[in-house]
Amino acid sequence: MTVVTLTVNDELISANAGQTVLEAVRDSGGNIPTMCHLDGLSNYGGCRLCLIELGGSPKLSPACFTQVQEGMVVFTHTDRLIKYRKMVIELLLSERNHICAVCVMNGNCELQAMAAELGVDNVRYDYLSPKLAMDASHELFTLDHNRCILCRRCMRACDEIEGSHVWDISGRGIDSMVITGLNMPWGESDVCTKCGKCVQVCPTGALSKKGSSVAEMKKDPVCLRWVLDGRQKGIWDYEKRATRLAQV
Amino acid sequence: MNKRELEAAAQSELERQKKFCHRVLCCNSTSCMSAGAGEVLKTLQQSVEDNNLQKEIEVSPAGCMGLCSAGPMVTVQSSDSENTLYKEVSPKVAKEIIESHIVKETPIDDNIIPSDFPFFAKQMKLVLAHSGLINPARFEEYVALGGYNALAHVLRDMTPSEVCETIHKSGLRGRGGGGYPAGLKWNLVRRSQGSHKFVIANCDEGDPGAYMDRTLVESNPHQLLEGMAIAGYAVGADQGYIFVRGGYPGASKRLDQLETAIRSAERNNLLGGRILNSKFGFRIDLRVGAGAFVCGEETALMASVMGRRGQPVPRPPYPSDKGLWGYPTLINNVESLSSVSTIINHGAENYSKIGTTGSKGTKIFALAGQLKYTGLIEVPMGITLREIVYDIGGGMLDGRTFKAAQTGGPSGGCIPAEHLDIEIDYEKFREIGSSVGSGGLIVLDNQSCMPDLARFFMEFCMDESCGKCVPCRVGTRQTYDILDNITKGSATMDDLVKLEDLCIMMQETSLCGLGQAAPNPILSTLRYFRDEYEAHIKDHFCPATECKITKSPILDLVNGKG
Repeated sequence: MTVVTLTVNDELISANAGQTVLEAVRDSGGNIPTMCHLDGLSNYGGCRLCLIELGGSPKLSPACFTQVQEGMVVFTHTDRLIKYRKMVIELLLSERNHICAVCVMNGNCELQAMAAELGVDNVRYDYLSPKLAMDASHELFTLDHNRCILCRRCMRACDEIEGSHVWDISGRGIDSMVITGLNMPWGESDVCTKCGKCVQVCPTGALSKKGSSVAEMKKDPVCLRWVLDGRQKGIWDYEKRATRLAQV
Repeated sequence: MNKRELEAAAQSELERQKKFCHRVLCCNSTSCMSAGAGEVLKTLQQSVEDNNLQKEIEVSPAGCMGLCSAGPMVTVQSSDSENTLYKEVSPKVAKEIIESHIVKETPIDDNIIPSDFPFFAKQMKLVLAHSGLINPARFEEYVALGGYNALAHVLRDMTPSEVCETIHKSGLRGRGGGGYPAGLKWNLVRRSQGSHKFVIANCDEGDPGAYMDRTLVESNPHQLLEGMAIAGYAVGADQGYIFVRGGYPGASKRLDQLETAIRSAERNNLLGGRILNSKFGFRIDLRVGAGAFVCGEETALMASVMGRRGQPVPRPPYPSDKGLWGYPTLINNVESLSSVSTIINHGAENYSKIGTTGSKGTKIFALAGQLKYTGLIEVPMGITLREIVYDIGGGMLDGRTFKAAQTGGPSGGCIPAEHLDIEIDYEKFREIGSSVGSGGLIVLDNQSCMPDLARFFMEFCMDESCGKCVPCRVGTRQTYDILDNITKGSATMDDLVKLEDLCIMMQETSLCGLGQAAPNPILSTLRYFRDEYEAHIKDHFCPATECKITKSPILDLVNGKG
């Protein structure tokens, strides 16, 4: 495997060719904030939190999609980037009804943690406060659109790992909504295997176990570990599986 | 069909046309149809029959003749004199054209457009040269005017790399708005490795007020097919797709027309396997979009062609490396592909003589707004905006003064009066905060309210955002809300700061061109008309008359009526 060297925030790090900048930085102990990215799922590039500056380019690039190159100069925490990340979180908080005090994920929520980490102490934009429904038709889980940030982790987990593709998106723009089945109540979707992976990968309180009250919903670290491992071993990557089988 | 048979087909069509002493062409493109061209065509045919002149006069539908504001348009071609162009033809005038102009040889002076009419004098019709002179449904008429000669020439005498080099030398740049050099793109696709390659014609034209691609497709579909086949030969593709916007008014009719054109080209061995008896085969299929503006973005377009949800993915990889189903794909706008045969026929050197240092050739604009004459124009690059507005457009309507020209639709910006002498050029437009875009050009007068214009375009972008990335999905909504407050007179100066901040953030962080360009109308109007924004906020007053603020409750409160 070829090793390349790149400069991240004036420090030299080495990475395997073919890795993304995000993977390389995290492997070397650094961090780039992400929201839609989850190790083990395919990349999406929608949250724009992992944007980085590349030396010599005025454009910002998403770290989750940018491949490492020899001699690359990367800046992950410039003033401009920190400002934009805060704005992204502010926009997300203003989009739907993120009211932590009554949320099942209070204290375990990735959006909440990210807002705290980035120092978002107020939202300058008007809250849009849409009136959105909840879906409690499933026997085990609840879907609350008010907490959804449309990161599509549930969609990717269900499609790529479970292979059910229960989740999808309806509408567009600000009217986008995650839907189950053919826009039917979750409980009526007969392709759902009730595996609960979508609930485990959801960064906010949009998907939760039924019966959990405020701040009671906790993630199962074993499940997330398993999602990640499966990716690394190439369990749900068709090409990797094919090459692995060919080697046997 | 081989080259000799192609020439024979052209010859026999010319002879057929010579049999008629007059040909009456009635514009049948969308704008004239909406002005009643369908009825006019029927009347023309009826009165030819009534006078028993079927053998002397041919009445035929045709493509766009340009002056859309004075539609329906009719051209009378005579074997012994120049073409006569008629404007505002009603069924009554249509009858007179046959009975008085043709039979009695006394033209109808009220409706005639003089041959030195300024609207046409400053134009340079290369891509639109045949538009309005041929019946788009008949493949023979395109062949009679030299159609498919470029394809025959390319297949017989040129290698793919020579074709790419010719396009590169011509200086043709992507006409969809990006302005990326077409020759470079072709070469990239040609050099990429892949067992299949694809060519896509992007006909997902969605800018409000722009209809260049639609007109090209409905006026001269074979020109596009020829351009695509040449592109396919140059890059090594065997399959092409025309991605047509589903939301066009009368889309089904247009799709039928395109389908007919493709079928007749296939029947005549100009598409399909072994084109013109060469070893090159190329097929073209239609793909209809589900009506999303974002599908004009190339990665979203490809997703839609593949049957997926039309939303963009980050680049790289670029379509030239990994496009449709992972194969190298060439995506060009309809106007770029329609220019190809012209470039091959006229030579790259002659094409590159037209225009400025950076922008070559001609550009089609859909000229609209408060002008005397509006319609579809084709002008050489490097012509000034003043010439377009005052010479071609005939100046402002009576009692109105020029305030700004909005170019590039929701991704472009406004050009104020102080920049009227700017040349049409990709870089010069970018410098002043606008863009040539795909070719929408709306002229605004002193009654237009600029914050309201920005609000209109932001509303459009908000509706058309796919919702994938946060800055575009939520940012367009938040900026729209702020603009709405400004136009209602209920915003504060803090909102203006917030608005500018958000605009720059959206420009820099959005995933695709839609979100990155969505703030352009705001930023350019803020740059040139900041006082108007401030008047709305501070004085609750709008200097322009066409503004909502005059009806706003806040103004009533200010005036003591509340």
